[in-house]
Amino acid sequence: MISLRRAAPQLIALAVILFLNWLAFPGFFNIRIQDGRLFGSVVDVFNRGAPVMILAIGMTMVIASRGVDLSVGAVMAMAGATAATMTVAGYPLVAVLAAALVVGLLCGLLNGILVAFLDLQPIVATLILMVAGRGIAQLVTEGFIVTFNEPGLIFFGTGSFLGIPMPVVIAAVLGVLAILLVRRTALGLLIEAVGVNRSASTYAGLNSRVLLLFVYTFSGFCAALAGIIATADIRGADANNAGLWLELDAILAVVIGGTSLLGGRFSILMSMLGAIIIQAMNTGILLSGFPPEYNLIVKAAVIIMILLAQSLSLAGAGAFFRPGAKAKPQEPLRSSDPSANKAQNPA
Amino acid sequence: MSTGEALVSAEKIIKSFLGLRVLDGVDFSVRPGEIHALLGENGAGKSTLIKILTGVHQPDGGTIRLRGTPVTVRDTGHAQELGVGTVYQEVNLLPNLSVAENLFIGRQPMRWGLVHRSEMEKRAKALLAQYDIDIDVSADLGRFSVAVQQLVAIARAVDLSGSVLILDEPTASLDRAEVETLFAILRRLRDRGMGIVFITHFLDQVYALCDRITVLRNGKLVGTREAAELPQVELVSMMLGRALAEATHGAEAERRSAPPSSGKRIEFSHYGRARSVAPFDLSIGAGEVVGVAGLLGSGRTETARLLFGLDAPDSGSLTIDGKPAKVLSPRAAVQLGFALCPEDRKTDGIVGDLSVRENIALALQARRGWLRRMPSREQAELADRFVKALDIRTSDIEKPVKFLSGGNQQKVVLARWLATNPRLLILDEPTRGIDVGAHAEIIALINRLCEEGLSLVVISSEIEEITAYSTRIRILRDREHRGELTGAEISPDNIMRAIAAQASASNEGASA
Amino acid sequence: MSNRLLPFYATLLIAVVAYGLCVMQFPNMFSTRVLGNLLTDNAFLGIAAVGMTFVIISGGIDLSVGSVIAFTGVLIAVLVGWYGFHPLVAFAIALLLSTLFGAGMGAIIHYLDVPAFIVTLAGMFLARGLSFVITTDSIPIGHEFYSTIQSLYWRMPGGGRLTVIGGLMLVVFLGGIVLAHFTRFGSYVYALGGNRQSAELMGVPVARTTVLIYALSGFLSGLAGVVFSIYTSAGYPLSAVGVELDTIAAVVIGGTLLTGGTGYVAGTLVGVAIQGIIQTYIVFDGTLSSWWTKIVVGILLFAFIALQRVLVLVSSRKAGALAPA
Repeated sequence: MISLRRAAPQLIALAVILFLNWLAFPGFFNIRIQDGRLFGSVVDVFNRGAPVMILAIGMTMVIASRGVDLSVGAVMAMAGATAATMTVAGYPLVAVLAAALVVGLLCGLLNGILVAFLDLQPIVATLILMVAGRGIAQLVTEGFIVTFNEPGLIFFGTGSFLGIPMPVVIAAVLGVLAILLVRRTALGLLIEAVGVNRSASTYAGLNSRVLLLFVYTFSGFCAALAGIIATADIRGADANNAGLWLELDAILAVVIGGTSLLGGRFSILMSMLGAIIIQAMNTGILLSGFPPEYNLIVKAAVIIMILLAQSLSLAGAGAFFRPGAKAKPQEPLRSSDPSANKAQNPA
Repeated sequence: MSTGEALVSAEKIIKSFLGLRVLDGVDFSVRPGEIHALLGENGAGKSTLIKILTGVHQPDGGTIRLRGTPVTVRDTGHAQELGVGTVYQEVNLLPNLSVAENLFIGRQPMRWGLVHRSEMEKRAKALLAQYDIDIDVSADLGRFSVAVQQLVAIARAVDLSGSVLILDEPTASLDRAEVETLFAILRRLRDRGMGIVFITHFLDQVYALCDRITVLRNGKLVGTREAAELPQVELVSMMLGRALAEATHGAEAERRSAPPSSGKRIEFSHYGRARSVAPFDLSIGAGEVVGVAGLLGSGRTETARLLFGLDAPDSGSLTIDGKPAKVLSPRAAVQLGFALCPEDRKTDGIVGDLSVRENIALALQARRGWLRRMPSREQAELADRFVKALDIRTSDIEKPVKFLSGGNQQKVVLARWLATNPRLLILDEPTRGIDVGAHAEIIALINRLCEEGLSLVVISSEIEEITAYSTRIRILRDREHRGELTGAEISPDNIMRAIAAQASASNEGASA
Repeated sequence: MSNRLLPFYATLLIAVVAYGLCVMQFPNMFSTRVLGNLLTDNAFLGIAAVGMTFVIISGGIDLSVGSVIAFTGVLIAVLVGWYGFHPLVAFAIALLLSTLFGAGMGAIIHYLDVPAFIVTLAGMFLARGLSFVITTDSIPIGHEFYSTIQSLYWRMPGGGRLTVIGGLMLVVFLGGIVLAHFTRFGSYVYALGGNRQSAELMGVPVARTTVLIYALSGFLSGLAGVVFSIYTSAGYPLSAVGVELDTIAAVVIGGTLLTGGTGYVAGTLVGVAIQGIIQTYIVFDGTLSSWWTKIVVGILLFAFIALQRVLVLVSSRKAGALAPA
C-alpha cells in the first residue's frame, strides 16, 4: 500500500535510532526464546510501543478528518479502571472486556457528537473528557490502585501467541483490520475527502457528520483497547497514571508517520511505524542509562524539526520569515480572486 | 485624463497571480468631491484593483499617484497614512470590541500610561455625532445592526484617512432606509471634498449616488463615463461584454423547441426562502437547458443552493415525474439524481489533495455508500473515460487535482457529476476563470449533454454564452425570478434589456 | 443583558451558590481562615491562569504552563541550594528564562504559522525534559529568605491569614485586569482573538502582540513556579503535572470563550475560586475523594462550553437574519 520511497525518511530515522541503541547497548539485537516467548530489547520496543500503536491507529483517522482527540489517555484510564474493578468484582472475562470496550465506544461517541453535531472545535470537545475522564476513572476505582490476579486478563498484557507478546499481536491484528476497514471499503477515501475539504465533500453528497462520528468513536474504541492492555500489563488500574501523556505520543506518532495535522491523506501503517520510532527512542534513552524523562526533550526536538521541515516545504526557503504569509489561508474564500491560486503552491 | 486634479490615480496597472493576468493596463482615478462607481462582474478585477490601491497587493506594473506624485503603497497602514481608507463588505471591524475601541484601537487616548477610557468614549461619541449616530459607544460593536457597524467603519476610515474612501459593497446587507442614511452621509462627505469609490452590484444605487462610473471586465478597463450620460442598458452591456450593435448576431442560432417530454419533468413550485430568493416556479423537462441570467447578487447562486438542497426552502414543493419529493440536503439531492457544479470551485468543488481519479469517483462513491467501495481499477477506468471524454489535461490520473489548471479542475468537478449519471445538472458559472479553449469545450459539452437528454440549469454572467445553448432563459433581478425568455425572444439584446429594466417596469420588461 | 457577560454572571452565580451550599452544610467554611487558605493554596494556579486567560482570549492555547512551573521550581531550588544564589537572584533568572521561553514559542507560532497547540506541546515536553536534565530528585530549599516569606502574612479580620503568595496572586489578577482593559496591548489581545485578519487590517501589530502574549504567559508561568517553590519549599521535576488543564478549565469556567475574543481576567479568578471551593468542600467532608474535583470541573467545563455554543448559535442566527448566507 505505501511505497518504500514514501516511507524512506521514517525508515531511515528508525534505522539510525536502532543503530544508536546498538552502540549504547551492544546486546540490543539479541533475541532469545524463553518459555515459548520471544525476549530481547527489540521485542521490547514493539511490546512497549503497542499501546501507542493502537492509539495511533484511531488517532490517524481523527487527524485525517482534520481533528484531534485529546481524550485518549483519559479514556485508557477509564477503560482500564473498568476492567480492573469488574475483574476484582468477579465478572467473567468476556463481560469485563465488553464493558471496557463499551466505555471507550461511549466516550468516543460523546466526542463525535460534540464535534460533528455541535460543531465544537475538536481540541475543545475532547478536552472535556481529557479533564473529567481521569476523575471518572478514579470514581470507578474509588481512588485506589485496583490490583488483580486474573490470568485471563493478565494474558492480554504479558501473554504471548506463537511466541509473540500479546500486545504486539493485538496491535498488529487491529492495524490489519483497520487498514482493511478503511481501504477495502470507501471509508478511507471519504474520511480524507472530509479532512481536506469538508464543504466540497458535503457538496459531493458525503455524510460528513456520520463520518466524523465514526472516527471519534473508533478512536475511543482503540483507546479502550490500549487501556485494557496497559492495565493487564501492570495487573492493576492506576487511574492517575494509566495512559498519562499518551495522547501526545499518539499525536506525535501520527505526525511522524507523515499525516498532516491539517487533515487529508493518511496512512495507518506509517503512524504505527511512528509509534515504534517513538518507543525506540524511549528504549534507547533507558538503555543509555538516562532517566526516562529525557526523551521528553528528544520528543520536543522531533516536533520542532517536523514543524520546521513542513514549514520549509510549504513556504519554500526564504519565504520563511515572512509574516505576510499569515493572511494567505483565508484568501481563497473569495471565489473569483485569482490570488487563491497561491494556496496550491507545489511542495 | 487630468491626473493633476485627481486625489489618487492608478495608471496602466498590471497584476498577475501565478501567470494569470488579473489586471491588464487598468487606469482609474478619483477626483475630490466625486463618488465614483467601480463596476464589473465577479473576476473582473475590482477587488484586486482596490487591494493594489490600499497596499494589500503590489502591482507588477503601472503607477499609483497621489495628487500627482507617484507613490508606493506599502501596506494598509501606509495607505491610511496617505489618506486612503477602505470599508469592506463584510465589515472588517471587531464585533467583540466596544464601538469606541474599534474607532480608536492603536491610538487610544492615554493618561498615566493607561488607556483613558472615558476620554476615548467621549471622543467616539463626538465622532459619531457627526454622522447623527447616537449609540452607547462602550457596548460591543457586534450588538448593533450591520448598518450601524457599517457607519462606524466609515467613521473610522474617514477619521483615519480623510481624503479617499473606498466602499466595497457597503449596501449588500442594508435595508432601504439604512441605504438612504448611508447615501446621505456619503453625499455629505463628497460635498466636503472627499473622493469616494463605490463598489456595488445594485445599478439603481449607482445612478442614485454616483457621479462617474468605471467598468472593468476580465481584468481590462472597459471605460470610465459620466453617470448622467450613460444609459442603463449600455452600462449592462459594458459589464457583460457585448456591444449592442452586434446584438442580432446570436439570434440566428436555431432555437431548440423544448421537447414536451411526456410528464418526465422536475417541477419546483412556489419554491423560495426568505432573504435568499423570492418564491418561484421552475419546471424542467429532459433535454432542456434553462439559462439563468442576472447580475451578481440577483439571486443566481441562491437559486442553485435551493435547488440542490444546500439551503432548505421555507416555502414550496417539488415533484419529480409527478411524484412529490424533498431535497433538504445535498445527499438527498444526489440520491434523486441532482448534481451541482458550484461557482466557487476551490472551496466547494475540488478536494485539492486528492487525485483526479478520486475526485471524479467521489460523488458516485458517496451515492453508493461507504460499504460498496469502487475498486481502484473501476475508479481508474471511470477517470480515464472522463479524462478522454472531457479532454482533461493532466499528466496522469493520480495527480492531486490542486495542481491542475482552473479549466481542468472545472472539468474534473463536471466529470464527478457526470459519473453519477444525473438527470438534473446545475452549473453555476461553469466557464468562470478558465481559458478560452476550455471555455469553448465546456459550451460544446453542455450542448452535447442536452442532446443526451439531461436537464440542465446553467447560471452564467456570459450573456452570449447562455444565448448559445439555452432553450429558455430565466431573468433574475433583486433576488426574484422576474420572467422568462423563450424561443425567438432569446437574444443577448433582450436579455440585457430585461436585466437592466427598471424595477417599476418589472414583468413587462422581462417578457418583452 | 449582553451575551458576552452571560457566562461570567453564570460563573459568579455558580460560585456564590456553591459557596452558599457549602456554608449551609459546614458553617465553618464561612470564615476568613478558609478564604486565606483558599488564596494560598491556589496562588500558583491563579497566577498561571491569568497568563492563560490572555492566551485564550487571543485565540491560542498554552500547554507548557505546568512544565514551566516545574522547571522554574527546579531551577530555583538548584540555584539556591547547590550554587548558593540568593533566592531573589534565582527568581530573576528563572523569570527571565521563562519569559524568553514563552516569547520563543510565540515567535514560532507566528512566523512559522503553526498551531499554538502543537508548538506549546513541544514546549511542554522541552520544559519538563529540561527539569529532568537538571535533576530527577526533589530538592528541598532551606534558605532563610523562604522561611521569612512563608511566615509573613496579614491577619485578616476573623483570624484568616493573607500570605505573601496569596496576596501576590490578587496583585497579579489586579494587574491582569488593568492590562486587559486599560492598555493598548489588552485591546490588541482581544482584537487578535476576535478576528486576526481584521485586526491586521486595522493596524494591530500582530507579530509583536503574539510574541508578547506568549512571553506574558511564560512570565506568569515562571512566577507561578516561584510561588509554587515558596509554597512547597522544594523543587521537583514531576510537580505541577496537568496544571495546564486546571488553568484552562479555570479560564473557560470563568467565562472566556475557548475560541478567543471574549473573556474576563476577573472571571478566571472566579473560575479558580470554584475549583478551590470544590477542593475545600472535599476536605471538609472528609469522606469524598479528591477525584471528585476533576469530575465536577469536567461537568462545569462541558456546561460552559455548551452554554457558549448555544449563545454563539443564537447570536449568529440573529445576525443571519440580517445577512443572507
